[in-house]
Amino acid sequence: MTSLSDTGEFIAKKYEPKGPVVLDCQINNIYYGNFRAVRDSHVPIEKNKVTGFIGPSGCGKSTVLRSMNRMNDLIESFRFDGSIQYHSNDIYGKKVDPVVVRRYIGMVFQLPNPFSMSIYDNVAFGLRLNGFKGDEEEMVVQALKRAAIWDDVKDKLKNSGLSLSGGQQQRLCIARAIATEPDVLLMDEPCSALDPIATRQVEELMVELKEHYSVALVTHNMQQATRVADVTAFLGVDISQGGRTGYLVEMDDTQKIFEDPQQLLTQQYVRGEFS
Amino acid sequence: MVYDPFKHASSDRTLSAPPSAFDYMKDKVFRSFAYCCALAIILLVTYIVFELGSQALPAIKTYGLGFVTGTTWDANQREFGVLPEIWGTLYSSLIALAIGGVLGVGIAIFLTQSFVHAKLELVFRTIIELLAAIPSVVYGLWGIYVLIPLLRPVAQWFYETLGWFPFFGTELSGPGLAPASLVLAIMILPTVAAISADAFQRIPYKVKEAAYGMGATKWEVILKVMLPTASSGILAGLVLGFGRALGETMALAMLIGNVNNISLSLFAPANTLASLLASTFPEAGEIEVQALMYAALVLLAITFIVNIAGLAVQQYAMRKFEGKK
Amino acid sequence: MSEITQQLPPVVEFPSLEKDSFDIRAIKNSTLTLMVWGIAIMASIPLFSVIFMLISEGGSRIDIEALTEIPPAGFETGGGFGNAIIGTFVMVGIASLISIPFGIMAALHLAILDPNSKLTTISRFLAKVLTGFPSILAGVFVYAVIVITTGTYSAWAGGVALAVLMLPTVTLAAEEAMRQVPQRMKDAAYGMGCTRTQVIMQVVLPTGLPGILTGVILAVAGAAGESAPLLFTALFSNYYMAELAEPTASLSILIYNFSGMPFDNQIELAWAASLVLVVLVLFFNILARVVGRSKFKE
Repeated sequence: MTSLSDTGEFIAKKYEPKGPVVLDCQINNIYYGNFRAVRDSHVPIEKNKVTGFIGPSGCGKSTVLRSMNRMNDLIESFRFDGSIQYHSNDIYGKKVDPVVVRRYIGMVFQLPNPFSMSIYDNVAFGLRLNGFKGDEEEMVVQALKRAAIWDDVKDKLKNSGLSLSGGQQQRLCIARAIATEPDVLLMDEPCSALDPIATRQVEELMVELKEHYSVALVTHNMQQATRVADVTAFLGVDISQGGRTGYLVEMDDTQKIFEDPQQLLTQQYVRGEFS
Repeated sequence: MVYDPFKHASSDRTLSAPPSAFDYMKDKVFRSFAYCCALAIILLVTYIVFELGSQALPAIKTYGLGFVTGTTWDANQREFGVLPEIWGTLYSSLIALAIGGVLGVGIAIFLTQSFVHAKLELVFRTIIELLAAIPSVVYGLWGIYVLIPLLRPVAQWFYETLGWFPFFGTELSGPGLAPASLVLAIMILPTVAAISADAFQRIPYKVKEAAYGMGATKWEVILKVMLPTASSGILAGLVLGFGRALGETMALAMLIGNVNNISLSLFAPANTLASLLASTFPEAGEIEVQALMYAALVLLAITFIVNIAGLAVQQYAMRKFEGKK
Repeated sequence: MSEITQQLPPVVEFPSLEKDSFDIRAIKNSTLTLMVWGIAIMASIPLFSVIFMLISEGGSRIDIEALTEIPPAGFETGGGFGNAIIGTFVMVGIASLISIPFGIMAALHLAILDPNSKLTTISRFLAKVLTGFPSILAGVFVYAVIVITTGTYSAWAGGVALAVLMLPTVTLAAEEAMRQVPQRMKDAAYGMGCTRTQVIMQVVLPTGLPGILTGVILAVAGAAGESAPLLFTALFSNYYMAELAEPTASLSILIYNFSGMPFDNQIELAWAASLVLVVLVLFFNILARVVGRSKFKE
């Protein structure tokens, strides 16, 4: 095993994807002002797989995820150095509008965030936004079914999305995100505010979703990663240069990461020696 | 055209489409318009100050600083001075602040320190808010026909027994400082009460808990812990209430008597800058209007300073509680 | 027996834990409590007195004649203030049409589009300063800008003067309401690829609407009760308005003019007009509360 005493120059071994890659993230540096949040991480997101991101708090896994649909552009001091290839087009290309990127790459957030409108309108929101011309109702029903919430809401589509329970709200948000059939779905700790039963339901949902979508999942729950993710990226925190800079330590098939990690740090983390 | 390199590359299934060129145009127009509106506020304030300044310029040139120290206002002699008005403005506002301040802070304590059931608290809160909603002219009318007749015997008694005391040195013949200041006090009371109540509510519950935990009585907690903690917020409320009193016009124009007079007596008629403007402006000739513009500028300067001081204190108070530096 | 065991345990005086109403702290406590009660009641008296007077003096004079006729001259009996009611509505309407769109757009810039820029900081600060402006200065300003230029007192000038007063109130209240819209709702909209305008139109405005409306209605109520800015912009008129470019009557100026007259008829009408004005203002205030209560559920 490689010694990690000097992580300053450490660069993870390149992960060789086994299938087609949908989003090829080559992150050199991410800065917030002068603060270097993430460095040297190459994480390819594979098609029809769930790619999990684990790591101690503050390792920048959410930052990495939010860079993938340029959500971070909303923060003024954010600076991205690297490239994210989406079908061989760099989403950070000079001519690319972040708004367009976000239309193709959907996101589900940490806290359920339905709009204060009806359940139906919540799901139809994206369709209307993208100028969908077909049968709106059919697409809404399909999205709700696929998000495994149809049975809960079919009799109250006119009720406010905010009237649902936390778990239902999160599944509604997933339905909203997949209604426009985005290629990639980014999920930022989608279960952190949910109770165990709701968490289970959402996890099962994620496994089903990968048939249609490619999913990138940030989680602080290692069990969740083992249950859901096909590939797992472990990010560590480098404090050698004063700040807390996140970087990729190891990325491999989930089973490999948890049972036979190549890095001491990964081993310590998956054993629960630090968090 | 909208740049979208992803459409053809992504899966056939996707319904995603970039915003239309029309969406982009709407976005641009909308945002520029919002920007202009925000800018318009700055321009408006600048324009107000500039316009008043340039209108007053002839009078400033003619009368200079003597305008601020002069004591006569005589359009026929073209002699203009606003010292009595400045005095009246400050004096009436200070009296109002003393009364309205005590009442306002008292009410803020009453409303926030659980003296009554929450429902009754709401009733009193509503009363105070309605007090703020009543138009100034209506207070003026009420002052003329209710307050002045009510005050007259009281004033007479004070004049007869304590007439040697400068505050009670004259009789209340009708309009005067006392009714004007009292109405002014009622009018600023809601401002003081609202901002002070807000300051009390910002204090974290644990502060109160800590004091009760040491065996303090309710009033010891209020006076020794809550009041000092909320002091900067209360001060902001007082300063902003004072600013409001300085600029109040109609009720004062109806109640203060509009007499150029510098007197300590609470029962003497007086004048303020705002009521000078209200009562003189409609019939003023060109030269007098210039002088009135100068008076408006003086009023603007006074309220500007007081308001900025109030906002600064409020900002400081808010930062203190939010733990920012 | 040894001496030690014979010693009595030391006597400890425990303070009585019973309530002692004559203890100095208790007396101070109840005196002060009595005092704030007194203050609260004292502060309520003017409101009830005003309301009582409005109903007893003004209520008896309210009838169709008072609400529709034009103001009486000197010794005339009867008459009313129909033209002043119309004038107040027209001028508040003009002020609303100007200040509400402007105020809300400015608030969008301050709250959503660019909340931390220099322009925003200055603009927000000056809006706060403007709310503290004496209202009569708005009148002086508009007199200089509109009345002098157009050469006549007019409903336009009155409306613009009221708009100057409403603008900062609307802006600050709308900004506050928009800030209440949870960040995560905005994030959701951005995450779906909304342009900023789409985020505002589809999420921020609908969600913040109750709060925005509350602020707007309160500003309208305030403008309806204003009189100082109308004194020498709209002036007054004894007749129904024929056009917007002529002196125009308003309820508040009518009250001001009639309050000082030595005729009982006019004074009665002043009370009646006050009643109408207060009912109008209170109606808006209550409306604002009702609208504000329907805030979205978190």
